[in-house]
Amino acid sequence: MAYCGAVADVRLNALTKVFDGVTAVDDVSLEIADRDFMILLGPSGCGKSTVLRMIAGLEDPTSGDVMIGGARVNDVEPKQRDVAMVFQSYALYPHKTVQANIEFPLKVRGVSKPDRAAQAQRAAATLGLTEYLDRKPGQLSGGQRQRVALARAIVRSPAVFCMDEPLSNLDAKLRGETRAELVALHARLSSTFVYVTHDQVEAMTMGTHVAVMSRGRLEQVGTPQEVYARPASVFVAQFIGTPPMNVLPMGVVFDRPFLVGVRPEHVEFDASSSCRATVSLIEHLGHETLVHLDVGATRVVARVDGDRDTSLVHRVGDEVGVLFPDRHLHHFDPTTMKRVEQ
Amino acid sequence: MTTAATAATAARRRRWRDAPFALALLTPSLVILGAFVLYPLARAFWLGHQRCDPTGANCRSNGWDQYIDVFRSEEFQQALGVTVRFSLLTVPVGLALGVALAVLADKQIRGMSLFRTVFSSTVATSVAVASLMWFFLLNPSVGVLAEWIGGVAKSPGLLRDEGTALWAVAISSIWANLGFTFIVVTAGLQSIPADLYESAYVDGADGWMRFSNVTIPMLGPTLLFVGVVLTSRAFQSYGEFDLLTGGGPNGSTTSLTYLVYGNNSVIKSNSGLQAAVAVLLFGVLLALSVLQIRGVERRVHYGD
Repeated sequence: MAYCGAVADVRLNALTKVFDGVTAVDDVSLEIADRDFMILLGPSGCGKSTVLRMIAGLEDPTSGDVMIGGARVNDVEPKQRDVAMVFQSYALYPHKTVQANIEFPLKVRGVSKPDRAAQAQRAAATLGLTEYLDRKPGQLSGGQRQRVALARAIVRSPAVFCMDEPLSNLDAKLRGETRAELVALHARLSSTFVYVTHDQVEAMTMGTHVAVMSRGRLEQVGTPQEVYARPASVFVAQFIGTPPMNVLPMGVVFDRPFLVGVRPEHVEFDASSSCRATVSLIEHLGHETLVHLDVGATRVVARVDGDRDTSLVHRVGDEVGVLFPDRHLHHFDPTTMKRVEQ
Repeated sequence: MTTAATAATAARRRRWRDAPFALALLTPSLVILGAFVLYPLARAFWLGHQRCDPTGANCRSNGWDQYIDVFRSEEFQQALGVTVRFSLLTVPVGLALGVALAVLADKQIRGMSLFRTVFSSTVATSVAVASLMWFFLLNPSVGVLAEWIGGVAKSPGLLRDEGTALWAVAISSIWANLGFTFIVVTAGLQSIPADLYESAYVDGADGWMRFSNVTIPMLGPTLLFVGVVLTSRAFQSYGEFDLLTGGGPNGSTTSLTYLVYGNNSVIKSNSGLQAAVAVLLFGVLLALSVLQIRGVERRVHYGD
């Protein structure tokens, strides 16, 4: 454990990457504290994977710096960066057994055969793979392969773990279980995790911090709660939360010089309200019901707890009164789309 | 009769009802296969057991032991030795060179397509053209190579010395087959997922470790295929021998195919003996391919 106790923070200074004239990552500055679980969140093509690949050393920055543990590593080979990476495809060697796959990073480093066998078996035991050590990846299920990829990453106790959408090839049930296991693994390993995903549920449930990216730029960094409660821009407000935040154009409902945002769970029904809306669609999801409303030409979604049987109260085509309570409103500048504090 | 058995019988009957239609669909390929493969093969087997005059006339059946006689003959054994040595010279070197060139050219660098075209160009070169080219290159009086190498290459010439003739033909053959190996291995390289290399790179593997732990094992099926094809090509090479050495000097380049068909062959025009050698070559090659595939396949990974 070369880095146990050492500081392995990751700092990105004005990081930029241009591919053939296309700016994939644009002036991203981000501090990832030692032992942090940082989620890079954004839609596909937002540059989050490119940031991760620059941290791992698979891409060279066009400009800006990558610092690991206080040292600039732009020109440092991945081998010397003490970074492990888990790929979306798992990138297991199909011709090697599970044991040989897990041993590979140690073999590369010249660890003796008995030592690396012992370490590989320990890593495999941590992830419940002991009985599969002699199999080839092709004989394993998707979830097992994913664990082999994780075991191969943890076997050499790296300072920083880079993970590129590691759960996206798993089915929904397994994804849920593995989320919890990754959080436990992070707690046990005391390493820095940098985790790329487009799934806001993974971001909200796993990360100690979330960095939201859009079109190569960093939109907001904060804890999952901060990012949800105080989104820094219209993009963040609508990317996080299901269904997304309602953003009302200027002049709709409120006569203010801002865009007004309100989350679906904060839209209230009140027959006496002067704001009238027409019910256009009702979706029963079990634990909740989504009521789609037309306020003038603007579509607004309201969320109601599932145990309140709204079908009795509202029907498609009904005219209802709605309230947008002031304490739950978010304001955004209509030109910069950034948050405005009231 | 149980219901299951009845159902099975009914299914079989239904399948036989489709047989005429299936046969009609198969007829075109059966006709072609029969006329150009099965009939000549059977005819060669038949010819091979017939004893003929040295002029090739008066062939008659006299048991099947001519195959054994031919196999034991000094001429056959020497030609088999030449053929095996020729394969051992051409296949490993050709394979290694093809992989080396393909790995060198498998980089995203500007102008690389030019090299790819050059490296694969020998595919478009016929054996006759390649052999003529090497004939002139190796020619002791006008050839450039003779000038550079000197010694034996000057007199009597690499193709005219018993010790070097087979090597010289092998070089020409390796060159002619390089384009094929290069193209197939390049295709194999491009099917290796990039993230395997990236994962190995992040794990600290240098170029050689990536080559030996990712490239070579992932190329396994490709290398097996190319190896089998090159071996069978080496066993069947004819044009090189005919054009470069004519089987000489002193039989040192008389391969099995040259023994069958060559102008200077000792069994020229004895169609019975020629057919016998050809059939034996077929048997040797078949056994060799089976051995190669059986032996290597266990250690080759074919993906998930």
